[in-house]
Amino acid sequence: MSILLVAEHNDAALNPVTLNVLAAAQAIGGDITVLVAGEGCGAAAEAAAALPGVSKVLCADAAVYGKQLAENVAPLIAEAAAGHSHVLSAHSTNGKNTMPRVAALLDVNMVSDIISVESEDTFKRPFYAGNAIATVKSSDAVKVVTVRHTAFDATPATGGSAAVEALASAHDAGVSSFVNEEIVKLDRPELTAARVVVSGGRGMGSGENFKILEGVADKLNAAMGASRAAVDAGFVPNDMQVGQTGKIVAPELYIAVGISGAIQHLAGMKDSKVIVAINKDEDAPIFQVADYGLVADLFQAVPELEAQI
Amino acid sequence: MKVLVAIKRVIDYNVKVRVKADNSDVDLTNVKMAVNPFCEIAIEEAVRLKESGQATEVVAVAVGPSQCQEQLRTALALGADRAILVETEGFPQPLSVAKLLKGVYDQEQPGLVIFGKQSIDADNNQTGQMFAALAGLGQGTFASKVEIAGDTVNVTREVDGGLQTVALKAPAVVTTDLRLNEPRYASLPNIMKAKKKPLDTLTPEALGVEVKATIETLRVEPPAERQGGIKVDSVEALVDKLKNEAKVI
Ligand SMILES: Cc1cc2nc3c(=O)[nH]c(=O)nc-3n(C[C@H](O)[C@H](O)[C@H](O)COP(=O)(O)OP(=O)(O)OC[C@H]3O[C@@H](n4cnc5c(N)ncnc54)[C@H](O)[C@@H]3O)c2cc1C
Ligand SMILES: Nc1ncnc2c1ncn2[C@@H]1O[C@H](COP(=O)(O)O)[C@@H](O)[C@H]1O
Repeated sequence: MSILLVAEHNDAALNPVTLNVLAAAQAIGGDITVLVAGEGCGAAAEAAAALPGVSKVLCADAAVYGKQLAENVAPLIAEAAAGHSHVLSAHSTNGKNTMPRVAALLDVNMVSDIISVESEDTFKRPFYAGNAIATVKSSDAVKVVTVRHTAFDATPATGGSAAVEALASAHDAGVSSFVNEEIVKLDRPELTAARVVVSGGRGMGSGENFKILEGVADKLNAAMGASRAAVDAGFVPNDMQVGQTGKIVAPELYIAVGISGAIQHLAGMKDSKVIVAINKDEDAPIFQVADYGLVADLFQAVPELEAQI
Repeated sequence: MKVLVAIKRVIDYNVKVRVKADNSDVDLTNVKMAVNPFCEIAIEEAVRLKESGQATEVVAVAVGPSQCQEQLRTALALGADRAILVETEGFPQPLSVAKLLKGVYDQEQPGLVIFGKQSIDADNNQTGQMFAALAGLGQGTFASKVEIAGDTVNVTREVDGGLQTVALKAPAVVTTDLRLNEPRYASLPNIMKAKKKPLDTLTPEALGVEVKATIETLRVEPPAERQGGIKVDSVEALVDKLKNEAKVI
């Protein structure tokens, strides 16, 4: 087996989810090559070279790969996939954007969002918003797979010393270009990597009211999340959405405040280790998954919680 | 400009599925079916483009068994002008769906193809991107805003860190995210009118595509159930449990 792992990075550094994808690659077994594609991505490639158990790093550093546009990066990955049995990446917005394109170029199907490796060709993945888990077997010549990072424990970030090889080929599909981005500046842990997540729903009533959750989040060094209803209502930005169609999180502690617990929300957080729900409706479905439920008005309970932790 | 919209028939999003006792699949007997919510958003976006004079025609296309006609009629009631069913046995896997849609694309020559970002049954999040690769088009996935300026399609995308805007050369592919728009409901007169709109049926053979399945489902099981928890009666009790029982703070 020979795995091509597509690194998740922002040129300057590897995104920690790469370590979870590496764990999935190690579960498959075999030789592991990491591909880093970007513009000015030398630092990320160096970090990839230090990953344990990686035999080679391919670094494609070119202006056409800036912002990792799928139209340009996918043919590069498809080309680099030659001779590999698997191509793996995170099931991040980047992975979701690019990997199906890679699969189509290789004329294979793709297995999205795996949560376990059963064997080299057999994986488990959730579907129907996590209400069912399928064990699927791929007969494709190359297995193109995205990995749910919360399902695999991260490997260490260091211990290896692979050689970095530069890839010269520059694919420019000429059909897309980057215009701009609004990247939310985080002064707290990243949602998908945090040990504690504090999420608010429609019950918060306004974006202004999310401030009271920030107090709790600050004390617990937590990331902040939200339900889709809170995002839709414009209380908070979209990158905070947890759920089937948002981000998947599995922190040690998830505190859901003013969230009813729709299946689409549960799909994104029910693998958290400990779940706390604060809701004034004692019949809210969130209480069915909560380890500790508090039936209370959040405007009273949240400030009290902040004071007591 | 013609807009092609890919729609999938899926389980209604309010239904909680059950796994069959023999673990072969989920049980869809007598379950309410609907247009995939992301595809409703795709239809709405296309219809708005037509209403604002930017699109000339909206064509809805579905791949699947004959029952998909129901969802195509819904699309027609929501404002699509015509519909095409590529009739197959069951629902093909994404690569085959993408190839079939590429066949329809070649016939129709639209300026924009809109997909949902994800089907809520399979949760693949693949088909639009695969199609874009096969057709050699630019893709604006997870779109929360689409703006057409001449032969450029500007798409604002919901990405992990926030928002990203890309400029695509038309023809282009868009996959919808939830915030792109809020779909309308079909009015009764429009539902009646939809019955008279054209709905054509094509076959994979006519499109020259071989439908192939390369992913086999060996087993389907329910997810691990969470142990039911307890209710605490005060913030004080909650903090005590978190500190001393769960030991997470
Ligand atoms: C295709 C599709 C995909 C979706 N994807 C997602 C997704 O990824 N993530 C997601 O979250 N949702 C998703 N949804 C939406 C989902 O179905 C629910 O609508 C949403 O999760 C509800 O959010 P909520 O719990 O904040 O709001 P509500 O259901 O309105 O619940 C608000 C809760 O707040 C409580 N409350 C109100 N005031 C107070 C107070 N003062 N004190 C305490 N409690 C209070 C209420 O009792 C209620 O339980 C999706 C829907 C569709 C159709
Ligand atoms: N059988 C199908 N017929 C028409 N469109 C489909 C079909 N399957 C998937 N799609 C389109 O592709 C999108 C993403 O689906 P998926 O890749 O299955 O998550 C859907 O929202 C549809 O727009």
